[in-house]
Amino acid sequence: MPMAADHIEQLIRAAIPDAQVTVTDLVGDGDHYAARVVSASFAGLPRVRQHQRVYAALGSRMGGELHALQLTTAVPSGDEQ
Amino acid sequence: MSDVKERIAELVGKHDVVLFMKGTTLFPQCGFSSRAVAILDHLEVPFETIDVLQDAEIRQGIKEFSDWPTVPQLYVKGEFVGGSDIMMEMFESGELKQLVAANAD
Repeated sequence: MPMAADHIEQLIRAAIPDAQVTVTDLVGDGDHYAARVVSASFAGLPRVRQHQRVYAALGSRMGGELHALQLTTAVPSGDEQ
Repeated sequence: MSDVKERIAELVGKHDVVLFMKGTTLFPQCGFSSRAVAILDHLEVPFETIDVLQDAEIRQGIKEFSDWPTVPQLYVKGEFVGGSDIMMEMFESGELKQLVAANAD
């Protein structure tokens, strides 16, 4: 079952409250998304750990109903903080 | 404790650069795996691939081993580096080239 973009966003925000989340439906099929997650809580974490936190927020959906999620994570730049 | 974890540990210990993927370098079965292979090809380093579609035990086991829900997954010198998005970011920044150059024979 495809997932709605705002559902993905909600799940990530629920787990990482300060996150700025941008979800893009790449193909328009509700199945291939890109997400950019920016959170101060990522500071000092290696990329793998940052991505693991987002995957944890999505739980078992990742790799299942959510087949394709291109993920980028970042710490807010100085001006945004 | 579990055989599959030992098998995976052996694979990532034996080869400097290992990509767990769907399909083979010639016939990747998924866009993300295809992208991961393209990145490694571009770096011109020798790498080993494991086709998880040929081995259900590893296909499931690697997700638990790395605490990572998707394939492809890249290991360099026994360390988990990430999936295709991280590979792409590190490729673009030059970090991946440095990492494999420092660790591949």
